[in-house]
Amino acid sequence: MSAAAPTIAPVIAPIVALVGNPNCGKTALFNALTGSRQKVANYPGVTVEKKIGRLTTPAGRALLIVDLPGTYSLRARSPDEEITRDAVLGRLGGDVSPDLIVCVADASNLRLALRLALELKRVGRPVMLSLNMMDIARKRGIEIDAARLSRDLGLPVVSSVAVRRGGTDDLLREIDGALANLPPVGAASWSVPDAGELRGAQHEADRLLAASVRRDGERDAGTARADSVLLHPVAGLVILLAILFVMFQAVFAWARPAMEAIAEGFSWLGTLVGSAPLPDLLKSFLKDGLIAGVGSVIVFLPQIVILFFFILVLEDLGYMARAAFLMDRIMGGAGLHGRAFIPLLSSFACAIPGIMSTRVIDDRRDRLTTILVAPLMTCSARIPVYTLIIGAFIPDRDVWGFVGLQGLVMFSLYAAGIAGALGVSFVLKRLIWRHAAGEPFMLELPDYKIPQVKSLAIGLWTRATIFLKRAGTTILSMMILIWVLASFPQPPEGATEPAISYSLAAMIGSAIQPITEPLGFNWQINVALIPGMAAREVAVGALGTIYAIDGGEGAAEKIGQIVAGQWSLGTALALLAWYVFAPQCASTLAVIRRETGSWKWMWVTFFYMLALAYVAALATYQIARALGAG
Amino acid sequence: MGFRGRIRALAVERAGTGLPGPELERRLIELGFVEGADVELLHQGLFGSDPIAVRVAHATIALRRREAMAILVTDEVPA
Ligand SMILES: Nc1nc2c(ncn2[C@@H]2O[C@H](COP(=O)(O)OP(=O)(O)OP(=O)(O)O)[C@@H](O)[C@H]2O)c(=O)[nH]1
Ligand SMILES: [Mg+2]
Repeated sequence: MSAAAPTIAPVIAPIVALVGNPNCGKTALFNALTGSRQKVANYPGVTVEKKIGRLTTPAGRALLIVDLPGTYSLRARSPDEEITRDAVLGRLGGDVSPDLIVCVADASNLRLALRLALELKRVGRPVMLSLNMMDIARKRGIEIDAARLSRDLGLPVVSSVAVRRGGTDDLLREIDGALANLPPVGAASWSVPDAGELRGAQHEADRLLAASVRRDGERDAGTARADSVLLHPVAGLVILLAILFVMFQAVFAWARPAMEAIAEGFSWLGTLVGSAPLPDLLKSFLKDGLIAGVGSVIVFLPQIVILFFFILVLEDLGYMARAAFLMDRIMGGAGLHGRAFIPLLSSFACAIPGIMSTRVIDDRRDRLTTILVAPLMTCSARIPVYTLIIGAFIPDRDVWGFVGLQGLVMFSLYAAGIAGALGVSFVLKRLIWRHAAGEPFMLELPDYKIPQVKSLAIGLWTRATIFLKRAGTTILSMMILIWVLASFPQPPEGATEPAISYSLAAMIGSAIQPITEPLGFNWQINVALIPGMAAREVAVGALGTIYAIDGGEGAAEKIGQIVAGQWSLGTALALLAWYVFAPQCASTLAVIRRETGSWKWMWVTFFYMLALAYVAALATYQIARALGAG
Repeated sequence: MGFRGRIRALAVERAGTGLPGPELERRLIELGFVEGADVELLHQGLFGSDPIAVRVAHATIALRRREAMAILVTDEVPA
């Protein structure tokens, strides 16, 4: 027996939790303290997960910082607030209650934060108050007597500016000091407050506020002026529609020069490989499989960047909560909760974060409805498919003098997705569940902020790298698969048909043919749809590879021309209709499973979308054919 | 619009909402609607003038009329 190994006491880093009202800048602080790049935006309910980061204080102390969803109290009314409650109280198995709670407050909007601070005092852990957004408070002439507030509240009070260099120095110093002499764990006296207690606490908070804060009371002048237009009952709605319209037009129109440049690059690369002294099979793999396949997807990077630019600017400005306000009645008519708007709008980028952000919706059925319809919103992965087909089949001319016809078709595809989502939620809520007039819509409208160039740039960069990483992993591997399927088995000696007709791909595509025949799909489309289940944009790359092997000549920028020559207009439109509705994304289905906690809802989503897609494509093709476009 | 007043009481039985009264009351309080707070009606929606955006003390809150019915307000207080 060997001697006992020297026991090393596990050094457990102290845990510091950031808790506060929605939109007070917790995540901005978290990012500043830990150097991470979690999502920050100017609307309540951005963070819906617990995030842990590490940092070492100037005094050399290692600690863990926890960023949490914003909340008005620890009562936890929705799934995101439950995460905060459990993290603060240490309820769940894995949750250790924090050694120190930093109550983050928006210094220009302290009233509700002070009530939360009073509530947090009862958790039995040391608490400190961080007056964040001090820059804004100062600019507005709000004077806070921090010493007085600290004395009255019985908590240490520091100021911070999360978005400025050095803006967290005081906070860090204070955290260091607090951790240096942690009191023994106190008794928790928190219990779910009733209305009387809450009222009492708010009155107490109002007294504290009156004693130590002086403000010339009024609203932020810029916000008031902007809202008089942007929240105007009529003008507000018109502007919202105009913004969405410009956004989708821009995705189509502004991106073109950059896309053409990228396509040129790939076609040059293809030619280069084509003329290299390599074995034919390897040449085909590089040229048709990798360059034509992956290249045809990367071409769409400019569009993705433009779309995200718009979404990020709207989020940072503080417009999202306004849009939810404007849309509340319209969405309510379809049975959707007002809070569903922001998740659905984020789904234009990608349904996955959209589905995650439904955690802010408290009612289970409201949340489920939103989750079920979110994949119908036109996500950015559909853009390549739409762009390819529109570019090939819709003439590039202006209507009414200023709107591009192609952009208009793009817009109507977005509209079709939205209409589909509203229709499905209507059927679910009003016809199947017969949900009574349920949950209230209550949402704080934050003041507008000028987006920061740096955080915009970081946001765009993050998005672009995610897209490129996908192109390099999921899409690349699918492309290799497609190339193999389309190249083997090789044609027999003396074959008369094009080589690809003998391949596995052709066999698979033809096997499905009877099912998709009524939709006007050919076997090439069938083959492209299958890997498209893994990621929608793969379909474009797959078509690139298949037609490249088929015709020999096709590089990334050529698929459009090839497709235009080979498909009828009816087929093209049917494929667009299919793409509006089809459940073509495995990761979305996985997230639905996780967020609903059941396989059932994942399959419900899959099959209802499949059915919608089939019917829509069928109707489109048959109508087009009847009109002579088959 | 532009109506200003001071909250006199919360009368949740007046709200035609799906939430139980005590729960609605707590939610309103958590958003700062307590007796004595100054409120001002800032904006309203197009359809049925719903929802509304209300300034309560230093925050702006959007909510539906249905729930707002529970907030009893004294008449104009001088600004
Ligand atoms: N000027 C200024 N802006 C800030 C400061 N801290 C945060 N912001 C901005 O305030 C907005 C909200 O910041 P977030 O960090 O997303 O807020 P949050 O508390 O994490 O919000 P939720 O996750 O929704 O609870 C963003 O637009 C930030 O850029 C600050 O100290 N000064
Ligand atoms: Mg956050």
